[in-house]
Amino acid sequence: MPSLSPHSLPAADLTPDQLEQGTSLWRDAWARLRKNRLAVTGGLVLLVLTVLCVCGPWFSQTYQDQNLNLGATPPGAAHWLGTDTLGRDLFARMLYGGRISLMVGLVATFVALTIGVTYGAVAGFLGGKTDRVMMRIVDIMYALPFTIFVILLMVFMKEPSEKLDGWLRGTLHLEGLQGVGNMVLLFAAIGAVEWLTMSRIVRGQVLSIKRMEFIEAARSLGYGRRRIIFRHIIPNVLGPIIVYATLTVPAVMLLEAFLSFLGLGVQPPMSSWGALIKDGAEKMEEFWWLLVFPGSVFSLTLFSLNFLGDGLRDALDVRASKD
Amino acid sequence: MLRFIARRLLETIPVLFIIVTATFFMIRFVPGGPFTAEKAVTPEVMRNLERAYNLDKPLWRQYAGYLGKVVFHGDLGPSFKYPNRTVNEIIADKLPVSLELGAWAMLIALGLGLPLGIIAAIKRNTFMDYLCSAFGMIGICVPTFVLGPLLALSLGIYLHLFNVSGWYGPTDRILPGVTLGFVYAAYVMRLTRGGMLEVLNQDFIRTARAKGASEFRVIFRHAIRGGLLPVVSFLGPAIAGILTGSFVIETIFQIPGLGREFVNSAFNRDYTLVLGTVILYATLLIGLNLVVDVVQVWLNPKLKFE
Repeated sequence: MPSLSPHSLPAADLTPDQLEQGTSLWRDAWARLRKNRLAVTGGLVLLVLTVLCVCGPWFSQTYQDQNLNLGATPPGAAHWLGTDTLGRDLFARMLYGGRISLMVGLVATFVALTIGVTYGAVAGFLGGKTDRVMMRIVDIMYALPFTIFVILLMVFMKEPSEKLDGWLRGTLHLEGLQGVGNMVLLFAAIGAVEWLTMSRIVRGQVLSIKRMEFIEAARSLGYGRRRIIFRHIIPNVLGPIIVYATLTVPAVMLLEAFLSFLGLGVQPPMSSWGALIKDGAEKMEEFWWLLVFPGSVFSLTLFSLNFLGDGLRDALDVRASKD
Repeated sequence: MLRFIARRLLETIPVLFIIVTATFFMIRFVPGGPFTAEKAVTPEVMRNLERAYNLDKPLWRQYAGYLGKVVFHGDLGPSFKYPNRTVNEIIADKLPVSLELGAWAMLIALGLGLPLGIIAAIKRNTFMDYLCSAFGMIGICVPTFVLGPLLALSLGIYLHLFNVSGWYGPTDRILPGVTLGFVYAAYVMRLTRGGMLEVLNQDFIRTARAKGASEFRVIFRHAIRGGLLPVVSFLGPAIAGILTGSFVIETIFQIPGLGREFVNSAFNRDYTLVLGTVILYATLLIGLNLVVDVVQVWLNPKLKFE
């Protein structure tokens, strides 16, 4: 967000009072975040990883180039992180897998965010009986074995998703879209699970903000409902939403990797970090690097996301518990 | 309190009904059946198979028949993949293994998480605190399916301390239990630390200290009850996580438990086994959540049974 820096304005026009005004909630938060070394490191690591995963594959070998004569080789000069049993370069596969893992993390979080914010805001804003019924439903859903449903969804919706895939490629002639049906299924299944907490947080925030004096003031100034929601309520709920979204990304990536580990996530020849870890765990007795490198990168990403999320939470002074 | 429990139990009935119905129809509306994976059979054999398992009847009659048997006889039906075995037998066979694994994991989660959390809170902002907090972060960021294989590789394959797979002797419980419990130990540690810190700052603790109570007494008589509240409310999600987390653990360490059986049954389209395990897990989860809720109110007088 472009902030008004006092230096960019002609100083003569400003009284000391106006200079003070320059500090907004967001600027305060940004200043606090910058001081948090762990959070900054986490953010930088994420940035580097993202750039590597997005741009790296343009320069490296493709993830499916096989070299059966080569087989599995330990890390060395030709293949920095070694190769897998089919002679595929592990580094290249990790870059491609990272694309998928990061994309799943972002898109599925976005799905969960959309459902959760809408549901929570509606429940909180309408209040009364509607609110009670809606939140009771969330309570009940909390007690359900959701991971089990995701597993069932992934198994039993596999064929319909493959049909969607075939249809997309057949009618739109997009060969690059391999595995899209599977990905859509993955997003939907994960998004359907992770929105519950988000809806609770947003509802709680909306409820408390709805009763605050500045909303009253806005009402007394004759502003309409829509203006109140979008200009006054939403910006004040944004902090918790951002914080919780940052903490949802690792949870989503974990769930994707969990599914891939059970053989239910991204399907070969495509790969994600979870699928690489599964592969590595099966072959670790002879080829340790196949487990150690994907596992480390995955953990590093989770570390960074959690540090960044915690840092954001402290910076934005959100008093929501992590779960 | 009894009214609270009774009302929650009554609420469970429609929830379970919805779960059974949704699962039943979801797995049936998808093409492919439990017998499609086998070698091509003649149409007559197929018809006989379907008749034997009631698959030739209309779907709603299969559903009604299944529901009736489950509700009135507790009979979850015959398995499709294991001839001559009922789902009840398979569950009776495999569930104890998963429960034992879960119990070990819970023991490690609490036995490791609580002391470390309390130590971190007492020794706030010292080296001990940072050490414990680092442990908390590592536990949360190294998922079970990374930790499990790594432990198996280092302690099992390189150092030969444990068996890498199997479920025979008592030492076979250590690696899976630690792997499954580690994440939750980390969460418990963080929650204990946070809860204890909040309580230790309150007035009644100062009063207790002013009265000359020993530090031990202050912590274990006065602070701990309030400080552990966040941990108790976390037990519900923890139980759910340990139950489903055992799917991965049982796969990694080749443990003959119900979790692995469930994932296999889904792949095999073993309709009755899938339904049976889903019903069992849902009942277990809802029941344990109810217990957690009761304990929570019992510990915290501010809450009431509504």
